[in-house]
Amino acid sequence: MTTRAALGRPPALLVAPAVLAAAFLIVPLVALVVDTPWGDLWSLLGTTQVREALRLSALTSALTVVICVLVGTPLAWLLARVDFPGRAVVRVLVVVPLVLPPVVAGVALASALGRNGLVGGPLRELTGTTVPFTTAAVVISHAFVALPFFVLAVEGAFRSTGAGLDAVAATLGAGRWTTFRRVTLPLALPGLLAGCALAWARSLGEFGATITFAGNFPGTTQTMPSLIYTELQGDVEVARTLSLILLLVSVLVLGALRERWLRVP
Amino acid sequence: MRCGLPALLCGALALGLAGCGEGEGVDDGDRELTVLAAASLTGTFTELAAAFEEAHPGVSVRLAFDSSATLASQAVQGAPADVLATADAATMQDAVAGGAVPDGARTFATNTMTLVVPADNPAGLATFADLDAPGVDYVLCVETAPCGAVGATLLAAAGIDAAPASLETDVKAVLAKVAADEADAGLVYVTDATAAGEAVATIDVPDADAEVLDYPIGVLEQAGDADLAREFVDLVVSAEGRAILTRAGFGVP
Repeated sequence: MTTRAALGRPPALLVAPAVLAAAFLIVPLVALVVDTPWGDLWSLLGTTQVREALRLSALTSALTVVICVLVGTPLAWLLARVDFPGRAVVRVLVVVPLVLPPVVAGVALASALGRNGLVGGPLRELTGTTVPFTTAAVVISHAFVALPFFVLAVEGAFRSTGAGLDAVAATLGAGRWTTFRRVTLPLALPGLLAGCALAWARSLGEFGATITFAGNFPGTTQTMPSLIYTELQGDVEVARTLSLILLLVSVLVLGALRERWLRVP
Repeated sequence: MRCGLPALLCGALALGLAGCGEGEGVDDGDRELTVLAAASLTGTFTELAAAFEEAHPGVSVRLAFDSSATLASQAVQGAPADVLATADAATMQDAVAGGAVPDGARTFATNTMTLVVPADNPAGLATFADLDAPGVDYVLCVETAPCGAVGATLLAAAGIDAAPASLETDVKAVLAKVAADEADAGLVYVTDATAAGEAVATIDVPDADAEVLDYPIGVLEQAGDADLAREFVDLVVSAEGRAILTRAGFGVP
């Protein structure tokens, strides 16, 4: 390749730490794979508890992505394109869940949506419904921790495509909604898909907020990470195998997505 | 993309790293004793640690509370600690089998289970059997935790078929859900109910005495100062230790 010859060899100062970083991320995964009793994999996959947890993880992570796209995209657009008072404050506040320990996120959600919570209390009095211990609570926990990742990624995409083309569309007579739909969104699509992948991955691995707010019961609130943590209290070997199943599924899905949607040019 | 994802992630990482390395500065001459104890020992061992520090000037006791299974596996993996106290014999047996407790363990306390309800008892439960009433959201420990195994046995013995709303990973989580009035009832240890005080009301579990949990304690193989660790164990089983444990609701052997 001509560009390679022109640019010269990659400097060791960049290659060495890059290799270190890759090894740092890969070695623990390899250790997990090596230490796993593979023989139990199929028999475990056959148990109701594992199948239910897998189904619940698939369902809740998919719903989380849908919620992120539906409400996260408009929020990212607002933060990137509309200059409203307090925008800087809002921008900081919506990413706070990123630094919040997930267990604290669960406590916060319980304070808000628990049956005596700020919102949950009146909701219970008016409708008789309570949120905790339901699958909906799992999705809410996941959306709470995944949405900031999504908003950051998509806002970045909106900002990097620039407002210039929006202005051009406006001069050509497009309204703001048309501009969003026909110009802004298509340009930011790679960032949006990356945001979906981030939100999905975060949701699939989410555990602390879920177990604190939604609880842990097979079939309704026990996702794969909750099941793995439960098994860690008992049979560590089973927990390892379950981790591997979750790992395999994630790698397969992310790999497929990357091939299809997230191909880096 | 000036304020992008990478910058924020880096910031978060830097914060995380800055948090490392705390609590490692030990002055010369000062000795440190690390005790791993089951979550249900939080109150009593905090008190016992204070008593031990008072009796041994220059010694500071560090306490780590977690589920017994977690602590036992940490001990086997060589966690830097001196004493292990678990909430059941089975998890201690795992630690002994893993070679972490070379001199074996001894029972220092016993505990039984009770049913707790939020202070205002929103579901109006009167007896243990009322858990079977429709619409009652009760919580339990997972069966892999000692509190869950005993809880399941007690429920089965009482013929209660209703499934719990959630299986919490340790007994403190069960108590927290009930104390916060997120659940109508929960099965916890008598000592947890005592510690929670006014926040919860208790309902007796029939035949709870048939399922007594033994709390074993032992000195770890990796103990830096085994003599000091043994002195801590001696305090726990002494008259003073027994008084502290009894006050918290434990039985003593």
